[in-house]
Amino acid sequence: MKLMVCPLNGPRAITEFAYGGAVRPMPDPDSCSDAEWSDYVFNRAGSPGIKREWWCHIASGYWFIAERDTARDIVVGTFPPGARDAPA
Amino acid sequence: MFTRHDSLRPGYEAVIIGAGGHGLAAAYYLARDHGMRDVAVLEKGYLGGGNTGRNTTIIRSNYLTPEGVRFYDESLRLWQDLATDFDLNLFYSTRGHFTLAHTDAAMRTMRWRAEVNKHLGVRSEAVDAAFVKRMIPMIDLTCAGHAPIVGALFHEPGAIARHDAVAWGYGRGADRRGVQIHQQTEVTGIRVKAGRVVGVETTRGFVATPKVLCAVAGSTPRILDMLGLRTPIYVHPLQAMVSEPVKRWLDPIIVSGSLHVYVSQSARGELVMGASLDPYELHQTRSTLDFAESLSSHMLDMFPFLGEVKINRQWAGLADMSPDFAPIMGITAVEGFFLDAGWGTWGFKATPVCGKTMSHTLATGRNHPLIEGFSIDRFARYQLTGEKGAAAVGH
Repeated sequence: MKLMVCPLNGPRAITEFAYGGAVRPMPDPDSCSDAEWSDYVFNRAGSPGIKREWWCHIASGYWFIAERDTARDIVVGTFPPGARDAPA
Repeated sequence: MFTRHDSLRPGYEAVIIGAGGHGLAAAYYLARDHGMRDVAVLEKGYLGGGNTGRNTTIIRSNYLTPEGVRFYDESLRLWQDLATDFDLNLFYSTRGHFTLAHTDAAMRTMRWRAEVNKHLGVRSEAVDAAFVKRMIPMIDLTCAGHAPIVGALFHEPGAIARHDAVAWGYGRGADRRGVQIHQQTEVTGIRVKAGRVVGVETTRGFVATPKVLCAVAGSTPRILDMLGLRTPIYVHPLQAMVSEPVKRWLDPIIVSGSLHVYVSQSARGELVMGASLDPYELHQTRSTLDFAESLSSHMLDMFPFLGEVKINRQWAGLADMSPDFAPIMGITAVEGFFLDAGWGTWGFKATPVCGKTMSHTLATGRNHPLIEGFSIDRFARYQLTGEKGAAAVGH
């Protein structure tokens, strides 16, 4: 994984990007239980697989969604944030 | 060195997943101190082939939280007579350990760590730049002008040891006491009945057991998925590299959190170097040029005369990180399933004390007092153990 295709700027070196963590739905803090909230705050899906993540192209400050295979070290696809529900 | 067993027994008193330092140490102390010898250690690869053989072998106890300092200091004590225990040369070498401070804020943290350490009887001192220069004459105190060293935390008992020998010593000690070590035996499932462990599925068949210890570092989430247990553990690669062997010039171990470097010189004369975690989640041990470049450039900031020295080897291990830089250890929600995980980038030095405390926990079914601050349920209680004395962590 040496290149990533930024949806705004095209293919760029991986060093131009910052990893922002997995895309995770936030439970409603007003109605969820303490257990649900601590699960959201701390717990992660740590096994290898295809992950949907936030990434940022640092030079342009542009945030987008990337799908990566963390077992094979490849980028499967990148999407603008509005296309968050793009097929895996 | 080890007995080769043709087949697994149908059942064991306890099964340990992972024949790295931690798993083998637990097996050793279970057999030696708790009389539990009907134990199998299952390893999907080869003995000591994971993070045990991939770390940069630094041993120290100059941590920040009282929980951390007490725990690592007990480990340091255990290290010092292991070679006699094993009748095996571990090349344990006390060098002294410097954590460099490049700013006043970092110096304040060093004083804080020194005071916590001294309060708990651990030899650590905040020292000035002149002391650093006296102990490490080859260092450029200005760090090429952009990160001048203002002082350091000096931890006299800091040491290095030969990491493979640690796994071999614990493995042989356990083997001689009747523990069975099975390499190339992967655990593919864990059988649970009414909330209790009843056995493990392996690539060589089912094994019945009431107790399972999981000591698999970067593979921890994969094992926990088999049980539906959720943890904050995330896996990033940690890379390291060594230079060609050169004449001995560096006695102490040096760490700079700001420059992201830790370095020591091995008995063979190689410079053993590491930096910080790779910046994104990955379950693969590839090496990158970015790592070698940035680490080399920071090494040259401190030691410009190394410009002609070549890099010999580069490799990576999978670090199971926790959000508070403290491990996740002890009993879990599944009865009979014990965890020794979340060791991220700081597990090697803790090998003996992890073996001691986990064997106690396995034998008695209750967490050892030294690991109470590391239990898995601390996250649900929001009681984190903020251990920022971890390697290469800036403050």
